[in-house]
Amino acid sequence: MKLYCLSGHPTLPCNVLKFKSTTIMLDCGLDMTSTLNFLPLPLVQSPRLSNLPGWSLKDGNAFLDKTELIDLSTVDVILISNYHCMMALPYITEHTGFTGTVYATEPSVQIGRLLMEELVNFIERVPKAQSASLWKNKDIQRLLPSPLKDAVEVSTWRRCYTMQEVNSALSKIQLVGYSQKIELFGAVQVTPLSSGYALGSSNWIIQSHYEKVSYVSGSSLLTTHPQPMDQASLKNSDVLILTGLTQIPTANPDGMVGEFCSNLALTVRNGGNVLVPCYPSGVIYDLLECLYQYIDSAGLSSIPFYFISPVANSSLEFSQIFAEWLCHNKQTKVYLPEPPFPHAELIQTNKLKHYPSIHGDFSNDFRQPCVVFTGHPSLRFGDVVHFMELWGKSSLNTVIFTEPDFSYLEALAPYQPLAMKCIYCPIDTRLNFIQVSKLLKEVQPLHVVCPEQYTQPPPAQSHRMDLMIDCQPPAMSYRRAEVLALPFKRRYEKIEIMPELADSLVPMEIKPGVSLATVSAVLHTKDNKHILQPPPRPAQPTGGKKRKRASDDIPDCKVLKPLLSGSIPVEQFVQTLEKHGFSDIKVEDTAKGHIVLLQEAETLIQIEEDSTHIICDNDELLRVRLRDLVLKFLQKF
Amino acid sequence: MDPECSRLLPALCAVLADPRQPVADDTCLEKLLDWFTAVTEAGSSLLLLQENPCLVELLFHVLKSQDLSSRILSFSLRLAGIFAAQENCFQYLQQGELLPMLFGEVGPLGGTSWTAPTVRSGWIQGLHTLAQHPSALRFLAACGAVDTIFSLQGDPSLFVASAAGQLLVHILDLAMRGPAEGHRSPQACDWPACAQKIVGHIEDSLCSTAIPQVTQALSVLTTVFGHCHGLWTQGLWVRLSPFVARLLEKDPVPASHSLVDFLLSVARSAPSSDRGLWETLAQTLSHLSPTQAGPLAFGILKLQDCPQALRTQAFGILLQPLACVLEAAAQAPGALGLLGAAAGDSVAVGTLLSSRPACVGLLCCALAHLGLLQPLPQRPSPWPQVPLLGAAVTILRLCSGSAAPTSDVGGRLCAILVGCGRVQRAALDFLGALSQGTGPQELVTQVFSVLLEYLVSPESSSMVLKKAFQATLGWLLRSPKTPGCCDLDPHTQLFLRELLPVLQKRLCSPCWEVRDSGLEFLTQMTRHWGGQAGFRQALLASEVPELTKQLLRDPESYVRASAVTATGQLSSWGLCATPASPERPGAQQSLLAELLHILSTDSEGFPRRAVMQVFTEWLRDGHTDVAEDAERFVAGVLQAVSRDLDWEVRAQGLELALVFLEQLLGQRGSHCPCAVAPPEAAPPGLLAHALQVLGRVQLFEFALRALFDCDRPVAQKSCDLLLFLRAKAAPCGSPREAGDGPNVASVGATLQKWQAGEQGQPLGLLEPAAVVALLRSIDLEGLRDTLAESSDHVEKSPQSLLQDMLAAVGALGESGADCY
Repeated sequence: MKLYCLSGHPTLPCNVLKFKSTTIMLDCGLDMTSTLNFLPLPLVQSPRLSNLPGWSLKDGNAFLDKTELIDLSTVDVILISNYHCMMALPYITEHTGFTGTVYATEPSVQIGRLLMEELVNFIERVPKAQSASLWKNKDIQRLLPSPLKDAVEVSTWRRCYTMQEVNSALSKIQLVGYSQKIELFGAVQVTPLSSGYALGSSNWIIQSHYEKVSYVSGSSLLTTHPQPMDQASLKNSDVLILTGLTQIPTANPDGMVGEFCSNLALTVRNGGNVLVPCYPSGVIYDLLECLYQYIDSAGLSSIPFYFISPVANSSLEFSQIFAEWLCHNKQTKVYLPEPPFPHAELIQTNKLKHYPSIHGDFSNDFRQPCVVFTGHPSLRFGDVVHFMELWGKSSLNTVIFTEPDFSYLEALAPYQPLAMKCIYCPIDTRLNFIQVSKLLKEVQPLHVVCPEQYTQPPPAQSHRMDLMIDCQPPAMSYRRAEVLALPFKRRYEKIEIMPELADSLVPMEIKPGVSLATVSAVLHTKDNKHILQPPPRPAQPTGGKKRKRASDDIPDCKVLKPLLSGSIPVEQFVQTLEKHGFSDIKVEDTAKGHIVLLQEAETLIQIEEDSTHIICDNDELLRVRLRDLVLKFLQKF
Repeated sequence: MDPECSRLLPALCAVLADPRQPVADDTCLEKLLDWFTAVTEAGSSLLLLQENPCLVELLFHVLKSQDLSSRILSFSLRLAGIFAAQENCFQYLQQGELLPMLFGEVGPLGGTSWTAPTVRSGWIQGLHTLAQHPSALRFLAACGAVDTIFSLQGDPSLFVASAAGQLLVHILDLAMRGPAEGHRSPQACDWPACAQKIVGHIEDSLCSTAIPQVTQALSVLTTVFGHCHGLWTQGLWVRLSPFVARLLEKDPVPASHSLVDFLLSVARSAPSSDRGLWETLAQTLSHLSPTQAGPLAFGILKLQDCPQALRTQAFGILLQPLACVLEAAAQAPGALGLLGAAAGDSVAVGTLLSSRPACVGLLCCALAHLGLLQPLPQRPSPWPQVPLLGAAVTILRLCSGSAAPTSDVGGRLCAILVGCGRVQRAALDFLGALSQGTGPQELVTQVFSVLLEYLVSPESSSMVLKKAFQATLGWLLRSPKTPGCCDLDPHTQLFLRELLPVLQKRLCSPCWEVRDSGLEFLTQMTRHWGGQAGFRQALLASEVPELTKQLLRDPESYVRASAVTATGQLSSWGLCATPASPERPGAQQSLLAELLHILSTDSEGFPRRAVMQVFTEWLRDGHTDVAEDAERFVAGVLQAVSRDLDWEVRAQGLELALVFLEQLLGQRGSHCPCAVAPPEAAPPGLLAHALQVLGRVQLFEFALRALFDCDRPVAQKSCDLLLFLRAKAAPCGSPREAGDGPNVASVGATLQKWQAGEQGQPLGLLEPAAVVALLRSIDLEGLRDTLAESSDHVEKSPQSLLQDMLAAVGALGESGADCY
């Protein structure tokens, strides 16, 4: 069993598991941090950005950081754990010769589609007249300023995919529900389990009859909107692959939400505007819920909240219809009937307004001070670029970063100097290390496999021994482009016996509870299922080729010797020998059993647990005699 | 006993003895027992029984009846105990063989009713009350009760078990106190048999391998040494100390908590010359684990007389965990100061690192104990203030993850403590306690920086923040003034500049507890520093005053109340909202209007009470807005308060009225209403003016209405106020002058209506002379005495108790009698 690690990003994993005869890709996250190397894409030509000294704006955005470790066309299935971890799907399904199936839950697919749609929209609405790629040449790249010159494998960076590619990729997905068992070629069974992180987010169990691998990616034990994490089903795993822990282990989401609210209120009360760069789904639902409870108490009821995204409307509406994927509290609301999320009420009372973009209706309704939620968190494209340009000059305004995927300092770099206040409140509800250690204690997997980042404290806080996975035996770590041989041997395979064959068996009890029978059968293997069938009756030799094939199939029954079982009690054996006229017998104990020495006959009888040897010098008669004496003590069948 | 009660008693006994008429209310039985206790304390029990034969009959009946409730049985046992507490009555009951039947083996002890804990408890309490004289001791020995008490020590009901232990102590004390008291030698050989038996049992229990038995014995001993002060207790200690030594040899020491309690109880009662005791304490300190030894060490340090060596050892134990932390986190060795001696103890280190709960428990205990020790006069001297400060700062840094220890132990401590709220709270409390002392400037700077770190951190929970605010306040208020200048020192100024933005953010927190503690902190800081130029400047430059004002409309009532107090305080110092600029002259005035609005409209009591407190303070301190037109202010406030549903607000209204009165008429002689000397009378001219003012603000009507308030404290306060007013008005005319005017008569009629509960009718404007006359016509002293009685004084009489009990079962002839 091998694990091919294609991504070095612990929260955007992409691993391929070869298990039995299947090749399973676990997630295909898209690491977009390379976009930080590019200038922002403004909706309107920005003189400031295009006049920045040095390097002119030439290239379209490009992503993807993958390595040629494995031929992706051989991947049989892709298992998706949540919508953030499927953003690279079009690159794989459309450009690698992939012919398999993708499994994901319905919310993952729908919201994943929204995220991809938003991304494509953000990029395509500011088309570039030309694209440059010469700079990717290593010799030229060397001359570029830092950090671009230090970027690795720029040659693998790709342009953003198109909507057609997205649609084609998504059409290859087969929808699954929690705890649904999916057979893969009869060899393994995969099952998604609720992971508690996002709508439809799942962990996966990949198991055969005797082996179980758990894939835990992006899970949460906090009570937010999704269904709680299913921990019990992860028990008894041979291997647990653990990815997608919180990116900010030192920040507790509750504290950060408090920080978010306090800073938002402080800014708005002073007449400033608040900008929240965010994804169109996920934490925003929880933030809106917190604000719903908070705005009245903070006296902010008159402040408008704007949510601007090409998919804002769909995101808000989708969240309300996936009732079965929500936590219990929200599920019960549906029966009242009430919308599960309170943002419906915010929209009804006109406190929250959503727009596809800053053009059109928004420009008519816009009034300040206000709070704007919009993408993209990298600050490189999307409507957020416009607001950064608009509000950056005033120290009354605040930008609050809640998504932990991008370094906020790097994201802000092209906007400097900036008068606007910047608050970093990363909200990451995924498991932290304390929760992981509790989880591992509860689930008790035999082996844990995780990205190498999790096996040591973060570089900036090397003394924080609590910020790493601590388990016994120590976790196996992987890094990008590594192939890991998973540390367990497959020892058993399940084989079925046909009823008529089973009927013909005559088991013999050799010790209480253990019965044996010899089987002569044909092993039939198809679709990874093994069946023992009765051997065909010895066919009359009819001729040529056919006979030859038949004799290939039929085991040679004649040479079968009876099987022996039992053990030889040495004292009785010696007595028997003496009875049969052997004298001068010496018994020696060895590590594995006994040696009976017939000194006169110069013969040795080695009795061990699973073998008995009679060693005598060319005296076949003596050997046969001794053999028969030995056989008297054993059972035959 | 009064005849009426005697008359009711037979009927009551019949009801109690009748299983078909269960007494529904347990408290009645308790009250009945209290009453009998009072009756027997006042007179002879024997006489009582002879005059009321129904009582003895009841006791006999209880013994015979099979289906009586366990409550009545328990009641009867306790009742018999009360009677038998007097020796002659005891003899009387003995003649009838009643006592052995009640308390001996033939009684409930052997029956099925014994399974009810209340019966066992009644049995013990009955014996406890009964055991007051030598005859009782003989009785106990004869009926074998002591063995039963031994077994009841392990009773599944905790109440019964504890009562059994106390009864043993009581019997032991009684036996030892006997006729030979004072001559009783500390040598145990000539102790009475009963005492020998109990002590023997205790000794056996101490040797037992069952920990509950050891615990029982130790808790009995703890009570003995806590309550009995005869010389014999010293003999007892001498006799028992070898057993204690044997307990200490075991590993782990069994029942260590109880052992610690016992030893401390002995130490508190023993003379300081007892060397054996001090040695045992020293041994115990070294045998117990650090966690178990903490409470003992703390107890030893609180003792008045105790050898210095033992105190040093005990202090070392409390310091150990902190010394370990300091050592583990030390960048360079030698930074330990006075704690150095306690460091390096491998047991303490082992405990700290063994598990998270052990580490947290040990640290919290040590911090709590040291914090409690800090203000005591007998705290160890020299007090290692500097290393303790260092330790507190280090622990807080380890908890927040900002410490970067280089050692292995430090790293593991950090992993254990990071984010631990319990230790954070304990350390912040301790740091606050240490603000009573001083420290080198460098360390104080560290203290402020770690406090700021906690105040800023989004990870701090609301409780941790509250403690951080409290500790910060402690340290801020002790910060030294710059010599020769009354303003804040530069360090504090610098800190304030960093603190205020944090406070600003906290005032916007979504968690109301945080907003509340932020406001409380602001109030306290302003109260102390409102006059300091540096503070005023920093505060006015921030948005804190504006935010505070906005919080007057907070949805949480506690926060509104705190905001009221804070704005009131800010306004007192002229710090409210924007500085009074020429463009906004109405800024301050509007605050008064806003507070009045809260007073008259807020749906919760807390903000309204807070407003009244602020107003009273403003009036007392002569706040400019109030002083401008105090009369109008008081009139407005009293009008709003008089309709308030919350009695505390009304009481506070009377307080404000009193302040106003004092300002008009001069101070009261003493704040105590029962002062012997009456307040000095006011000069007549002043009085006439004052009475006119009082009429205009309708204070008089307000106070008179309050006099008949259904809430007693309000009426009492009003009574005091009117008494004060009457004393001030003493020389103003003679009673005859205005006593019988038509005005007074109609007012008197109105008052009577008010008293009857019809408060609708207004009083109308009163002439000053009529006021004085009216004050004289009301029996204020009488009213004050009535009010001083507890509200149930009418219903508390034994007669009404008996009537109620009878009425409850319908045994009283009258039907439909409403007892209350």
